[in-house]
This record gives sequence, C-alpha cells and structure tokens, in this order.
Amino acid sequence: MSHAATHDQHDDHHGAPKNFFQRWCMSTNHKDIGTLYLIFALTMFFIGGSFAMVIRAELFKPGLQLVQPYFFNEMTTLHALVMIFGAIMPAFVGLGNWMIPLMVGAPDMALPRMNNLSFWILPFAFTLLLSTLFMPGGSAAGGWTMLPPLSLQSSSLAYTVFAIHLMGISSIMGAINIIATILNMRAPGMDLLKMPVFVWSWLITAFLLIAVMPVLAGAVTMLLTDKYFGTNFFNPGGGGDPVLYQHIFWFFGHPEVYIMILPAFGIISEVIPTFSRKPIFGYKAMVFAIASIAFLSFIVWAHHMFTVGLPLGADIFFMYATMLIAVPTGVKVFNWVSTMWGGSMTFETPMLFAISFVILFTIGGFSGLMLAMVPADFQYHDTYFVVAHFHYVLVTGALFAIISATYYWLPKWTGRMYSEFWGKVHFWNSVIWVNVLFFPQHFLGLAGMPRRVPDYNVAFANFNMISSIGGFLFGASQLIFLGVLIHCVFFSKKRAADRVWEGAKGLEWTVPSPAPHHTFDVPPVIHEGDLAHGHVND
Amino acid sequence: MTSGGIRRSFAAWAALALASFGGAAHAEPGPWQLNMTRGVTTWSQVPYDLNNITLGVCAGIGILVFGAMFIAMFRFRKSRGVVAETWSHNTTLEIVWTTIPVIILITLAYLATGGLTSWANTTGSQMTVKITGYQWKWRYDYISYLGKPINNVGFMSKLDALSNATRQLDSGMDPYAVKVGNENTYLRNVDKPLVVPVDTKIRFVITGGDVIHSWWVPQFGWKVDAIPGIVNAAWTDIKTPGTYRGQCGLLCGQDHGFMPIVVVAKSKADFAKWLATQEAQAAALAAAPVTQTAELPAPPAAGKQG
Repeated sequence: MSHAATHDQHDDHHGAPKNFFQRWCMSTNHKDIGTLYLIFALTMFFIGGSFAMVIRAELFKPGLQLVQPYFFNEMTTLHALVMIFGAIMPAFVGLGNWMIPLMVGAPDMALPRMNNLSFWILPFAFTLLLSTLFMPGGSAAGGWTMLPPLSLQSSSLAYTVFAIHLMGISSIMGAINIIATILNMRAPGMDLLKMPVFVWSWLITAFLLIAVMPVLAGAVTMLLTDKYFGTNFFNPGGGGDPVLYQHIFWFFGHPEVYIMILPAFGIISEVIPTFSRKPIFGYKAMVFAIASIAFLSFIVWAHHMFTVGLPLGADIFFMYATMLIAVPTGVKVFNWVSTMWGGSMTFETPMLFAISFVILFTIGGFSGLMLAMVPADFQYHDTYFVVAHFHYVLVTGALFAIISATYYWLPKWTGRMYSEFWGKVHFWNSVIWVNVLFFPQHFLGLAGMPRRVPDYNVAFANFNMISSIGGFLFGASQLIFLGVLIHCVFFSKKRAADRVWEGAKGLEWTVPSPAPHHTFDVPPVIHEGDLAHGHVND
Repeated sequence: MTSGGIRRSFAAWAALALASFGGAAHAEPGPWQLNMTRGVTTWSQVPYDLNNITLGVCAGIGILVFGAMFIAMFRFRKSRGVVAETWSHNTTLEIVWTTIPVIILITLAYLATGGLTSWANTTGSQMTVKITGYQWKWRYDYISYLGKPINNVGFMSKLDALSNATRQLDSGMDPYAVKVGNENTYLRNVDKPLVVPVDTKIRFVITGGDVIHSWWVPQFGWKVDAIPGIVNAAWTDIKTPGTYRGQCGLLCGQDHGFMPIVVVAKSKADFAKWLATQEAQAAALAAAPVTQTAELPAPPAAGKQG
C-alpha cells in the first residue's frame, strides 16, 4: 500500500506514515479511515454471510439435520445484526469517508480525530457481540428486533445491548462528521445544489442517523434495566407494555431501513449518468425525492406492527403514509430510466450492478407496496414473503449499490484497473443466484411458511431446496468478488487514468489515480462542466 | 415432438401452473404453491383479492418500466454509435409520473380501507373463544356460545407426538412419513385441536402467557399477535367444515417452529354434540374428589393423536 506515499515523495510530511500502527490505528486521514471501514465491512459481510449459509443449510430439506433450534435462532439474529450494523452501514460510511471530501473539494473530513474514534469503536463492538456466541447460554436469539419479553430471556443481553450502544455511538459520530464536512468544508462555488447526488443522499442519511440512533439506544437501555434493575417498562406484570418497545424500536427501525438505502440511491445516481454519458435526469427532483422519503420514514413505523392490534384509525393512517412512499421512490426509478434514455451506454461492471439494482430494487419496492395493504399484510406478516421483500431491497438494493460503488471507485482508490472479465463473471453469478435464492421465498411466504423457523412441513420443501442452492452459489460468487479485489489491489498491472471512466463527471476524477494521501490542500476551482448533475436552472 | 405432443405438454404445464396459482382445489399449502390461499371464511377473500389486484398493478408497472429500460439498453448503446443527448429535465413528464401513481394508490387505498374496516368489526359474534399463547403451545378456553356462558371447557394444544419425535435433531425419522390419511401433517398437527362450528361469527380474544406469539391460520385470512398484558380481538366465520392448519407467526423462542394450530370446523349439530360431551366431562371432573383433580393434566394428553 506504499503507492499512496510515493506520490508525495518530495514532501514526506504530507505522505502516509510508514509505520503500520501509526498509519492504520492512529490515522486521521479520511482515505485511510475509509479503507478501514470498507475492509471491516467486507470482513463482516463474510462473517454474516457464513451465518446465512448455516441457515440455508439447515433449511435445505425438512427435518433438523445440522443445528439445534436455539442455535438456528442465534444465527438468524446475528446474521441480521452483523449485516445491518457491521456490513451495510460501515460500507456506506467508508464510501462516504473516502468520497465525500473528494466530491466536494475538501482536504479531509471536518473532524478527523473523531473519525478515527468512530471507526475503531466498531471492531470492539463486534468482538463483544460475536463473543456472546461462545458464552454459556449463547448469544441473543430473539431476532434482531429484540422484542421483549422474549429478548429478556437471553442470558447475554447485557453484552448485546452494550455492543449496540457502541455501534450507535460510532454511527452518531460518523454522521456528525459527515454533516460538518458537507456543510462547512465544500470548496468555494460548490453550492448545495451543485453537490453530487451521493453527497446529498449522505447529508440526509446523516440527519436520519442522528435522529434515530439515540432512540434505539434508549429502547435497548430500557431492556437492560428491565432485566437487571427491576424496572417494568415492558413488563405487563409491573404495569408496563411490550408493545411500547415495538413503537420505540420501529421509530428507530424504519428510518434505519432508509439509512441503508438512501446512500445507495446516491451511488446509483452517480453510476448511471457516467455510463450513460448523459447528465442525471431531474437533479432537483432526485434530491427532493430523497428528502421526502427521509421525512416519510418518520411517520410509517407502525407498518411493522399491523398485527399487534392497533386501533383501526392507526392502521389506516400508517397504511396511507406507507403507500405514499411509493410516489417519491417511483420518481427516482423513472428518473434513472430517463437518464438512460437517449444516452450512449456502455456496460462495465459498475453499470451492470447499477442496472440490476434498479430492476431488483423495484421488485422489492413492489412487494413493499403489497405489504403496505393492511388486510393483505395480515397474511404476509412475518412470513417468508417479508424475508424475500427486505432481501430484495437490502441485498439487490443496498449491497448491489455498494458493490457497484466499489467497482466504480476502486481504480481511483488503487490507481489500477480491476479485471473487467472477472468483474462480469462476479456480476452474472451474483445476479442469477441472488434471484434463485430470494425469488422462491415469495412463494413460500404466500403459501404460509413463517419466517425464523428451523424446520417446516414437506409442502415447503421444493422451494426451500431451490432457495438454499441459490444461497450457496450466491455466497460462493462473493469469493470471486474477494479475488477481484485482491487482484486489483496487489497484482493488477493495468494503470488507471485520472478520469477512469469516459463519461465520469465530478471533482473526484480531477485528482490523480490513485488519489494521493492528501488532496485539495488548496480548494479547487469549480467548472460547471466538471459537475455530474444536470442543468439545475432549466 | 409432434405438434399434438407440444399441445398436450403445454396443456399439462398450463394445468400445473393454474393449479399452483389458483390453488383452491387441493390441500393447502401444497408443493409448488405459488400464491396466497383464498381461504374458507367470508373475510379471507379480502386479503386474497387485494394480493392479486396489487400484484397485477405492480406487474403492469413493472412491464412498462422494465420494458422502457430494456429498450433503452438496446437502442442507446455506445457500440451502436449513438451520441448521448444532453437534456436532463421534462416538467410535463415528471408531473405525469407523479400524478398517475397517486391515482393508482388512492384506488388501492380505497379497496384496502374497506376490507380493513370490515375486519375490525368484531360485534355481533355468536361465540367467544379465548386463545392464550405459551412457550410453546396454545391454550383454548371456550367462553360463550349462542349467548350462553360455557364453563370449564378449555385445554392445551401442542405439537403431536409423531411430529415431535420426528423433528428432533438426528431423529432418523422421515418427515415425509408423518401423515394423517393422505395429508402430510409434519409440524402442522396437534394433540388436541380447537373445535368450532361453521357458519357462526366467532370472536377470538387473544393474549399471551409469557412472551409474544401470533395466532395464524392462513385460511382464515389473518394473524393477530398474542401479547402478554393485552387482549386482542379478531373474528372469523368459517363456510366449509374441515380441518384448517396454521402455525405460530412470531418468533417466540427455540420451539417457535413447533407450535402449530389446528382448527376443526364442524357442522352446528356436530359441534353442539362435541360441546355437550366436553361440558359433561368438565362437570364430572369438577364433581370428582380431590384425588381426581390431581390428574387434571392427564385428560388432554390422552386426546386423539394425529
């Protein structure tokens, strides 16, 4: 990784520290911290993925063959917690760390030491969380939502709660840093409405994070005091209410869903214009749609709770509010298609992942609309239909966007091109097997298979076996991704140009590849033609 | 293959697809079942219809949007020598594709609201049954029938012995061999089912004894959470006598997957006979000396096995 240093060899003071510990553990550099975040996220992706492999292996055929039901529940719980808080969120923070200063012409993040702290909390948080697997009594096994009273039966609740507190602190600090950077560190002339959509999406996401992570911290703290300090927030025996927890949790949980998808919208809004060689269609509408989705995310939480026995009026309100989200989301999809229309497209790996994102995320959006209809939700709720729905929006949505972003900016990070052939092999394997994995789960849910069960009636056997085969092959396909990354970082001979992609616009392409350790020490001069957005004032 | 052969195989596939999708003729859930059950109650048609309508709307929008994408991907390729346009805005188009979805959503919301309102109306019921979820079994208490209170008819209902033996890790037993008649009942049978009459508006009051569970029989069209400290209400009105199976719908601990629900719907006459027997048994138990009450857990366990 010494190539970053060689760029500045005339001035050692500005190069990366040579000492490994100093460079990586004491880093205040947004690029190095971004790299750390991305490596951490990739590691967690494989750990969480291995839990998913256990789940799919046990569900391969009816009957219990491999694990006890309690261990199965530990796997479903930790798979979710690791993927959400360990893989998807840190990956977006890593991308934000790397790219936001480069995209707005800032020399670094606004609060570099806090940036270091917010990353280095995470390995400790996840060591703590994963260590519960080896404790007597096992890890949390009540689902990632940790609904009481069930979650209070876990003997390692205190460890889980403390790990979640740490993740929350990390996310809040990361979000503060991003907001401070975007609002204060933009180069002169980089007006808010000239920022790339990715930067906009992260600005809005950061506000969501600051708003809801404390709510999650409050909810899990109440679990902690209920279990260990004799409070009765959620204990009906002491005048508490288990449903109260669900209201608090989902007030966090629904904006959390958008925390995991809004930066993905931003990424897709960078990649599609680049490979269409055409400005993003409806820049202002795109920004406004993200903001409306963020606002609506605060008033739809109870759609996760249609079966808890809400009053009729509440059911109706939350149903309407939820359906309303389809409008700004639809606008985004239509705008991406319009960006492609009339373009001059090429289909490199980032573009392939971005196109499959638009199609498959939209399928996840369709099932989301179906789930919003309360009477139908009475059937879908907590079945494999829901599992299929949120994996379409999180795997083929958030994850595909992260992979697309990785291929898109990897040459800028490393100064070398990845193997386009193996990138495409990775893409085609991913997109085929992910559908074999998740599409049949719609049918399982509609036929009546509940989620989070380790075993099932033989009527569900066929689609479960297909789904498991898809799961194993999708998991194996990600090893190709790992291979492509390792090849690109350490072995690729092909140098990347500064403007890696022919149609790429934006400040990040005006700096050398690989991006030197320090960029924009002097603020860049903004030329309208360099910016990726469309004609705002039309 | 001859054209007749093609036609025959096409007809066979179409029949299979219809059977998997329409799915009312055979036991549910069936292998390869693709769609939601139509159910057996007056209300269960509502989620079924909404599911189909919304799916149809989504499929229509999907064909338009994905169709436009694929045309774009074919027509506007750089390899075909296309030069990119520079426009990035079209107000008319943007208003159109904001307004049309709103109109579609209002239509769907109207349909859903009607269905929801009819579901929420639990008044006018002729029978009340209390359901309590426990880790990991259900308890059914008969409260009243046709305006008369029912005393001491209530029992626990848990996974049948054969499924329970088969589902143990490394049991060496075959899930495909767990059958009642021709129907495979692996993990979907209980020692003592809930028995109810047909053509009766039955109100269920649902609560939880320890953690939260969810009572769900897909053929009734709904699930409702069984929450400690809260009593939820729901109703059903079964049209056809038969045995209807469901499962706990909400993660409730290690044996969440092993607490099925079985409802046997009998004709009103048969149900009256069944209820009279149960009441007589309860009265006999209440009149018996203390030594007998000590054996109270025995009678439910001696109930019929699946």
